[in-house]
Amino acid sequence: MSAAPAVVAVNTFREAVRDRVLYNLVFFALTMIGAAIIVGQISIGIERLVIVNLGLSAISVFGLVMAVFIGVGLVSKEMEKRTLYSLLSKPVRRWEFLVGKYAGLLLTLTVNTSFMTLGLAAALFYVGRPFVRTDGSILVAVYFILLELALVTALALFFSCFSSPMLSTLFTLGIYVTGVFAKDIRDVGDLTQNPVVKATALVLYYLVPNFHNFNAIAAAAHGETVPISFVWQNTLYAVLYVTLVLLSAAAVFSRRNLK
Amino acid sequence: MSNPAIEILGLTKDYPTGFFRQRVRRSLDNLTLRVEEGEIFGFLGPNGAGKTTTLKLLMGLIFPTSGIARIRGWSIDDVRMHREIGYLPEQPYFYDYLTARELLDYYARFFGFGAAERRERVGRLLECVGLAGAANLQLRKFSKGMLQRVGIAQAILHDPQVVFLDEPMSGLDPIGRREVRDIILEQKQHGRTVFFSTHILSDAEMLCDRVAVLVEGKLRGVGSPGEIVAIEVHGMEILFEGRDGRALPAELTGRAKKIGGRYRLEVPEAGLYSALEELRGCNARILSVSPVRPTLEDYFLRVAGEGHAKAVAEEVRAR
Repeated sequence: MSAAPAVVAVNTFREAVRDRVLYNLVFFALTMIGAAIIVGQISIGIERLVIVNLGLSAISVFGLVMAVFIGVGLVSKEMEKRTLYSLLSKPVRRWEFLVGKYAGLLLTLTVNTSFMTLGLAAALFYVGRPFVRTDGSILVAVYFILLELALVTALALFFSCFSSPMLSTLFTLGIYVTGVFAKDIRDVGDLTQNPVVKATALVLYYLVPNFHNFNAIAAAAHGETVPISFVWQNTLYAVLYVTLVLLSAAAVFSRRNLK
Repeated sequence: MSNPAIEILGLTKDYPTGFFRQRVRRSLDNLTLRVEEGEIFGFLGPNGAGKTTTLKLLMGLIFPTSGIARIRGWSIDDVRMHREIGYLPEQPYFYDYLTARELLDYYARFFGFGAAERRERVGRLLECVGLAGAANLQLRKFSKGMLQRVGIAQAILHDPQVVFLDEPMSGLDPIGRREVRDIILEQKQHGRTVFFSTHILSDAEMLCDRVAVLVEGKLRGVGSPGEIVAIEVHGMEILFEGRDGRALPAELTGRAKKIGGRYRLEVPEAGLYSALEELRGCNARILSVSPVRPTLEDYFLRVAGEGHAKAVAEEVRAR
């Protein structure tokens, strides 16, 4: 197995770490979690619910912003700046470059999400609430956010292989929003009598990633336990979907003429 | 028989153009070329001739419409070929958040060198291209010339057998150009093949064992700089002066070009002896007689000019 993907991944991580924009995003996310403390203090009796809800939402939204905005530039920026020319003259296969870029951004997102999760734990600790066993569902929710980000990053990378950053952003966010409402789209298909709408809803439901299933924020806020089978199901779904998207990206990128 | 360093057979590249991409622009037309091991090979041509397209095809950055190419026997589609080559892109740009040392270390990792070897190689190469003092500076602070040096360092970092340089002298001052020339010659001394494109014909004339001239995607000539320009040797140059400061006939000096106190007369090869007789008759002192050899630049300008004229004629015909 070639070491090229790992070498590219470490460099992608290094690039993100040296990018000041990233620190701004983490700062804003931690500020949001801090603000949750204040809102929590004025929400008598439901402090935990408010802090967990706002904190996890902040982690999800800022993670999504990072995944989309860094993801859409992963390949296109290298093509535009022509840094790819020197890199691809080395013994690096194009798919290895793609896997490396993907893994690098995923590593960045995991590290950032971990920092933000620590911020949320600090906020919960600050309001003097002891940690209980059901808080494990917060970690499950964070894990689901990471799976969601892994999917979004793969989509952003896929579009980045053949379209501009602007279009890639639109496509990725479009699929994300559709995926969040995947369950509602299926319900529309079930209720309608129109065969065209029915078929379209069905195709959309199976084609776009079902992001609805990755939202465990409400369960974590209410201290509900998430069944382990659901964790496995989401993990398997994300791995399969990401693999398919990365294979498609590799197929597109491996025959692409660089400008 | 051993494999040539570079073997290009009928390489053609078309780009679709127009809104519906139904038209085709041919960037490289049926290029066939063979470069032997250990040669310094110059690839010449005006802007848009297809030089960079050829290099990008060989590097696998773009894909040919037809034709094949092999480097040291490896197909250009084979990733193992990349262990044998080094490449400096035209106007190189690198990750500007890295320092020069980090960038070279990053590239060295793809060749599986251990930490100690990477450190040694990177240090040696930075020294070689005159960047040892700027090794820990981020590349965003580098000038164009410094980036060019980093580019050359990354191209030869792993001691490749074939080095491809796209306009290596571009952006360099005279000292930098001299250093690059020395690096190219050093590569040859180590038995490596250097294939470089350039606009600076004096460099090609000085360095290259052979050159190829490409105009509008078509190969117009291959050979040693001497062979290429010898195709059209057509005159003799006589350098003379008046004996003991005596004046020469105005009819003779009018035909010659005055350079200081001397005269330069260009005559056709067949008219050399009669011209010498005439000069002797005028009591002129003949200082030298040498053939008029057009420079590579003369040849280049002629074929490039023909290509341009042909393109204009075709455009007019198309209208």
